[in-house]
Amino acid sequence: MTAVNTTGAGAFLARHEGLRARLPGAGLPWVVAMREAAAAAFRAQGFPTRRVEAWRYTDLAAVNGTVFGEALTGVDDALALPATGNSRAVFVDGRFRADLSTLDGLGYTVESLAVALPSLEGRLGAVARPAEQALAALNGMLFEDGLVVTVPAGVAGGVLELLSFATLSDRAPAYHPRHLVRLAEGASLTLIETAAGPAAARYLHNPVFEIEVAARARFNHGRLQQEGLDAFFLSTVYAAVAEGGTYDNFTLNAGARLARNEIHVALAGPKAECHMNGVQLVADGQHADTTTALDHAAPDCASRQTYKTVLAGRSRGVFQGKILVRKVAQKTDGYQMNQALLLSPDAEIDSKPQLEIYADDVKCSHGATVGELDADNLFFLRSRGIPLEQAKAILVEAFLTEAVEAVADEAIRAALSGAVSGWWQRQGVAGGIEVA
Amino acid sequence: MLKIENLHATVDGKQILKGLTLEIAPGEIHAIMGPNGSGKSTLSYVLAGREGYEVTEGSVTYKGQDLLAMEPEERAVAGVFLAFQAPVELPGVGNANFLRTALNAVRRAKGESEVDAIQFLKLARARMKVLNMPDDMLKRPVNVGFSGGEKKRNEMLQMAMLSPTLALLDETDSGLDIDALKMVADTVNSLRGPTFSALVITHYQRLLNHIVPDHVHVLSAGRIIRSGGPELAQELEATGYAASVAAA
Ligand SMILES: Nc1ncnc2c1ncn2[C@@H]1O[C@H](COP(=O)(O)OP(=O)(O)O)[C@@H](O)[C@H]1O
Ligand SMILES: [Mg+2]
Repeated sequence: MTAVNTTGAGAFLARHEGLRARLPGAGLPWVVAMREAAAAAFRAQGFPTRRVEAWRYTDLAAVNGTVFGEALTGVDDALALPATGNSRAVFVDGRFRADLSTLDGLGYTVESLAVALPSLEGRLGAVARPAEQALAALNGMLFEDGLVVTVPAGVAGGVLELLSFATLSDRAPAYHPRHLVRLAEGASLTLIETAAGPAAARYLHNPVFEIEVAARARFNHGRLQQEGLDAFFLSTVYAAVAEGGTYDNFTLNAGARLARNEIHVALAGPKAECHMNGVQLVADGQHADTTTALDHAAPDCASRQTYKTVLAGRSRGVFQGKILVRKVAQKTDGYQMNQALLLSPDAEIDSKPQLEIYADDVKCSHGATVGELDADNLFFLRSRGIPLEQAKAILVEAFLTEAVEAVADEAIRAALSGAVSGWWQRQGVAGGIEVA
Repeated sequence: MLKIENLHATVDGKQILKGLTLEIAPGEIHAIMGPNGSGKSTLSYVLAGREGYEVTEGSVTYKGQDLLAMEPEERAVAGVFLAFQAPVELPGVGNANFLRTALNAVRRAKGESEVDAIQFLKLARARMKVLNMPDDMLKRPVNVGFSGGEKKRNEMLQMAMLSPTLALLDETDSGLDIDALKMVADTVNSLRGPTFSALVITHYQRLLNHIVPDHVHVLSAGRIIRSGGPELAQELEATGYAASVAAA
């Protein structure tokens, strides 16, 4: 029935053909129509090549050439998760695991998308744009599960964790979770997402987020991408922010052999705000890409972006950031900074900031720097007895500080600094600065 | 303690030190004076192990070891401390965290127990009081936004905390007012003892009124052209370097 031994877009289209009748929502005409439209969009686009402008610096040839299988369900019950005291939703190989999740006593709703699907007409697909983003189309064609979070008006949702794990499998599973987050007027929520998997596992994690932040609501979205080093992580986030609302995204892009962190934010109501910050830690053999598109579509909105990329060994980093200021978006205050630190002569960074401004009364600026560790600073630290590797770690941490400090949410900041020092340890570095 | 013999060094292929010989015994303080560009900073960098300074001839032994074969951090934990003429600024690196990391690196190398955050703050605050430094200088990033005088105070704080056995002070007194100058002298004098030696590079005799050196040397064009006791500093103050240079 399915052509599992082929690769590329054709294999995924064939999988959709084969699974059509069994995919979640197969009995719901609106879901079927949405999947068919996504399939048509994916058929038209395929996996983008580097000839496609948005993919000029990131080559999907390795994804295109991999034979992916389906994920097996419920194979790993031995997963031991440390308790954090936070509520959490756990996904294993793309599927929601109620047995591993802790979701009691929340003042808002958290559901599995596979279960909640019949109630999601009009909401699912409301902000994603599969016709423009091939990977969102792939996701739309094959999604099976995801997290649906709905925070009612005025509710302070606190901290929710979303843990997404891959298990070791020789099938190279591909999964395409679709996560929906909706904050009603004045609501707030901090979501801390961790994506991780075994070092030796090859898999494709292709999540799509659809986020709706209503008037005066605030969504803090912290993402720790720590996938296994043979994984492909291709993520697309769509967020729409209404009047006076805030979307705060922080992404640590540290795992996977190939990672794309693509974020589309529309500031759709006046006085909406968006903060997008991120750190990319790219080690030998890795490719990490952050691509942001910010749409200032209403007046008096503010956006702040600070991205820092650290590259070691033979590695490659990409930052593309587009800010569109529409004609109506007077008094826009936009700022974007992206900086890269090259720790090795074999590391490379491509950066492409892009401003497209149609309003005349705006304050919009961007900047980019690429550099190496400063020799004088290193010598200063070493002259105080600090070993070379530790001195480097201290300067790298210092380089990242600005992006980390820009994160408003303390829980996210804490999770992040833990993840950063974990990355250092994996690089064989004994640790950075001691805190006094 | 420190034995420099016939030291030749180049920077960017340019010969700066041209046969410098100097011996410092334990407990001694030596002053080096000399015109701008004579190689004073170069000497201090060569001794501290900065990259880009190539020793083409001669040797430096420190406590019987070949100093030139050691990495900068090895020299530091062996007791060498350079107070920089122009200390760098480190945005994003907190002064307290930096100092505790350095202190523990040195203590580890000496086989001493590390200090925790509380012990560290106690030690640092006591030192800062003596140095007349406001507490908030610990919280700020290293040297960022510090005035010239504050940077030099911070160097002295590091020196006092790390208690070196060989301090190299590269024009630490330049640009300081008289109170700050006294603070530098007090810090050096507080470390003075049978196991502490120092090489004090300065342009001005006034620092040497407060730190009385055992020996004074005149450096010119990469070599020591005159040596004497503290009175040499007074003579130079009165006559300038030109006479010494001409006589050499
Ligand atoms: N990086 C460098 N490249 C070339 N020449 C240098 C460099 N650094 C210092 N010099 C030269 O070396 C000589 C000695 O400099 P320095 O040691 O700083 O002198 P001092 O500290 O006595 O004023 C000067 O002529 C200076 O111009
Ligand atoms: Mg000098």
